[in-house]
Amino acid sequence: MTRLHPATTPEASPSESRSWLERRHLVHGVLLAVMLLAPVAAHLMGEIYYVNLASRVALVAMAAVGLNLAIGYGGMISFGHAAYFGLGGYVTGISAFHAFDGSLVMGLPGSDNMLAIWLAAVLLCGLLALAIGAISLRTTGVYFIMITLAFAQMAYYFANSWPDYGGQDGLPIYLRNTLPGIDTNDALSFFLICFTALVLSMALTSRLMRSRFGAALTMARLNETRLATAGISPFPIRLVAFVISAMITGLAGALYADLNGFVSPSMLSWHLSGELMVIVILGGVGRLYGPLAGAILFVMMETLLGGLTEYWQFFLGLVLLGVVLFAKQGVIGWLAGRQQHE
Amino acid sequence: MSESVLSISGLHKRFGALQATDDVSLELKAGEIHTLIGPNGAGKSTLIAQIAGSLRPDSGQIHLGAHDITALGVARRARLGLGRSFQVSCLAEPLSVLRNVMIGAQALQGHSFRFWQPVDRDPSLLAPARAALERMHLAHRADTPVAELSHGERRQVEVACALVLKPRALLLDEPMAGLGPEGTARLTELLETLKHEVPILLIEHDMDAVFRLADRISVLVAGSIIAHGDSATIRRDPRVRDAYLGD
Amino acid sequence: MSVTLLIEQLINGLQLGTMLFLMASGLTLVFGVMGLINLAHGSFYMVGAYVTALATVSTGSFLLGLVAGVLAAAAAGAIVELLVIRRLYHRQHLDQVLATFALILIFSEGTRWLFGSSPLWLSPPEALSGSVALPGGSRYPVYRLVIIAVGVVVAAGLYLLIAHTRLGMRIRAGESDREMIGALGVNIRRLYTLVFALGAALAGLAGSLVGALQSVQVGMGEPVLILAFVVIVIGGIGSIKGALLGALLVGMVDTLGRVFLPALFGQFMSPSDAAGTGTALAAMLIYILMAVILAFKPKGLFAAHD
Repeated sequence: MTRLHPATTPEASPSESRSWLERRHLVHGVLLAVMLLAPVAAHLMGEIYYVNLASRVALVAMAAVGLNLAIGYGGMISFGHAAYFGLGGYVTGISAFHAFDGSLVMGLPGSDNMLAIWLAAVLLCGLLALAIGAISLRTTGVYFIMITLAFAQMAYYFANSWPDYGGQDGLPIYLRNTLPGIDTNDALSFFLICFTALVLSMALTSRLMRSRFGAALTMARLNETRLATAGISPFPIRLVAFVISAMITGLAGALYADLNGFVSPSMLSWHLSGELMVIVILGGVGRLYGPLAGAILFVMMETLLGGLTEYWQFFLGLVLLGVVLFAKQGVIGWLAGRQQHE
Repeated sequence: MSESVLSISGLHKRFGALQATDDVSLELKAGEIHTLIGPNGAGKSTLIAQIAGSLRPDSGQIHLGAHDITALGVARRARLGLGRSFQVSCLAEPLSVLRNVMIGAQALQGHSFRFWQPVDRDPSLLAPARAALERMHLAHRADTPVAELSHGERRQVEVACALVLKPRALLLDEPMAGLGPEGTARLTELLETLKHEVPILLIEHDMDAVFRLADRISVLVAGSIIAHGDSATIRRDPRVRDAYLGD
Repeated sequence: MSVTLLIEQLINGLQLGTMLFLMASGLTLVFGVMGLINLAHGSFYMVGAYVTALATVSTGSFLLGLVAGVLAAAAAGAIVELLVIRRLYHRQHLDQVLATFALILIFSEGTRWLFGSSPLWLSPPEALSGSVALPGGSRYPVYRLVIIAVGVVVAAGLYLLIAHTRLGMRIRAGESDREMIGALGVNIRRLYTLVFALGAALAGLAGSLVGALQSVQVGMGEPVLILAFVVIVIGGIGSIKGALLGALLVGMVDTLGRVFLPALFGQFMSPSDAAGTGTALAAMLIYILMAVILAFKPKGLFAAHD
C-alpha cells in the first residue's frame, strides 16, 4: 500500500514536526490578523471601499467554510451550495422588503432586525438542506454532484420566475438591516459582524470535527463500511453534516445580501456554487483555514486581475487548472505544510 | 445443548444462473468456535456478506439471539452485537490505529450526535480502545497511521475493532492470513480464550488452526453445506476429502 | 385550437428532446467509457455555434458552416482531451469538476475576448425557412422539423456505431473492462481521444443547429449543459438508451409544462397569480421529475454501472 500523506506520519522527527506545527499556527495567525487588521487600517485611512471588500472576503470565506464542511470533511461534493447562499440572501431581502412596507409574509411581519433574519435564514436553509440532502444522499459519486447542482438550479429558476420579489431583476434592500446596539451602516462595524461570524463558523467547524460527531463524519468519508461495521449508520451522520454546512453557508448569504443591499437570482446561480468550490480547493480541501486563504486569494485575483482586464476569469480559469493539475494541497498546504493528523 | 447465539436457516441467494448460497443453515452456540471452510469459489464471501448484512438473501432467516436480523442493515446488526473482521482489511488508512478502534467504542455508547466534547481526551473512548489493542498486542502501534501497518498488523486491528464492540457473536473472515507463524500462534491462543466470552464463526484457510480451534466445522461447497461435525468427523468424511482436502 | 396547440407543443418537446440527446449522449459516453464528469461539454456546444455562425457568414453556405462548426467542436474536444482531460481520468470527481469548471471559464471568457459580449445572429438556410401545415391548420417551421430529423438520424447512427462497429465494440469493452481492452492491444489513449472528440462533435452539432433558432452568445451552452445533466441522471449515467429516453422525457415535460401549467393553474386562481405560480412551477418541473425518479431509482432509469 502506498502512503497517501507521507508528512502526516508522527514518525517524522519530533523537532521537525514541531516546526511544522509552529509554521502552521503562524500562518493561521497571520491570515486572521491580516483579515482583521487590514480593514481596520483601511477604515483609519478612510478607504471605505476596502473595508467593504474585506467584508466580502469574510462572507465568501464563511460560505466556503460551510461548503468545506460538506466537501472537505464530509466527502460530499455538493455542487449546489448556491441554493443556501441565495436562500439566506433572499431571507434578508424578503424580510427587509416586508419590514419596509409593513406587509405580512406567510402571516408573519417582516423584520429589519438582523438577529431575527439570521435565525430565519439558518432555520430555512437547514430545512431546505434536510429535504435536498435526504434525496441526494441516497446517491453517491457523480450522481450526488449532479443532483445537488440540479436542486440549486431549481431554486435559481424559481427565483427567476417568481415575480413577487423581483424575479430576474432581483430585490433591492433599501435600508441595511439593524442590530441592537450596533450601527450596521458603519462599514467597519458591519465588517466586524462579518468577521465575528466567520471566526465563529470556523471555531464551530473545528470543535465539531474533534467531537464524536466529527469522528463519525471523518470515518464516513474515509471508510463508510468501517463506520457501519462499528454500528453507526453513515446516512444520518452525513445528513446532519450537510444540514449544518448549509446553515453556515446560508448565514453567510444572509449577511452578503445586507452587504450589497441587493439580492438577485445570481446568488443562486451555479457559477456561484462553482466559485465556492473553487475557493475551497484554492485554499485547500478539508483544511480549517483553507476557505479563508482561498477567499482572500480569490477576491484578490478578482480585484487585481479584474482591474487589469475585463476578462479576468480567463486567467482565473488558467490558475485554477494549474492548481487542480499540479498543486493538490491548495494555498494552505503550500503555506502551512501538509495536512496534520486529525 | 447450549443456546444458539447466531442461527441461520434456509438461506438462499442467487446471482443470475449461479446459486451462490443454496439452503444454508448454520448455528453458532455460546462458548464455541464454529469454523466454516470451503474451497475457493464455494460462496463463503457471499454467505458472510449475508450474515453481516451487506447483502440481502433471497430467502431464509438470520437470527442473532432472539432478534430476527434478516432485513436489518450492517449498522443495526452491529448495534445488536454482531462483530466482524474483513478478509481484505477495511480500515481508515490515514487515521491512527487508535482512532480506528475508538469509533467502535463510540458506537457502543449510543448515538454519535454529540457535537462538543473532543474525542481525543475522552477516557470513556480511549480506555476501551486501548484495552482492545492491548489484547491484540498492538498497544505500541496505537498512534501509528493504519497506512503504515503490515498486512498482519491490519488483521489484528480488525479484530481489535470487533472486540471493542463487546459483541455477542464474532464473525472473523480469515484473520490468520498474513500473520506469519508467530502471529498465528498468538492469535490461535487468543481465540481459544476469547470463545468463552463470545462465540466465534471463523472462516479460515489455515487448516492447522482450523483443526486446532474448531469445536465444530461446516464445509461449504458450491453454495451448500456438504458436511458438518467436529474435527475428527470432518477429517474422515470422504465427501470433504473429495471436494476440499482430497486433491 | 387546443389540439393544434398540443400537437405544436409536442413537436417542440420532441425538438428540445433531440437536441438534449445530442448533448447528453456525449456526456454519458464520456462518463461511461472514461469515468469522467465533464462540465465543459457546454463549451463545445458554444464552439459549434460560433464557428457555424462565422463560417456561414464567410462562405454564404449554412451547410458548410454546419460542417465547419461540427469539425471545430471535434477538434476543440480532441485538443482539450490531449492537453487537460487525459490527466484527469484517474483523478477524483472533485478534481474533474474543478478542472472542467476552469475550462468553462477559459472557453467562455476567451470567446468573449475574441468576439465580444453581443450575440451573433445566424439564420436557418433559405431553403428551410418555410413552414408546413399541421393538422388543425397552424403552420410549423420546416427548419425545426429538420432538426428533429437530424437528431433521429444521429441517434440511429450512434446506435449502429455502438452496436455494430469495431469502434463501438471497443467502446463497450472500455466501459466494462479497461484493463481487458488494453490487454487486447487496443490503443486506449487514442480510443479515449476519439470518444471525447465524438462527444464534442455531437455537442457542436447541437449548438450549430440551435444557433440558427436562438442567438449565438457566450454562456449559451450552460443552461443546455445542466438540462443534459438532468437527462443523464434520470436516464442512468453511462447509458445511451437512458440518455435517449431521458432527453425525450425532459424535452416533453419541460415544453409542455411551460405551456400548460399556467393554464392549469388558471382554472382555480386569478390569471395573474396563475401566470406567476404556473411559470415558477414549470421552470422547476424537470427538477421535480428528477427528484421523484431518483427517490425511487437512485441510479436512474437505466443504470449502467457506477
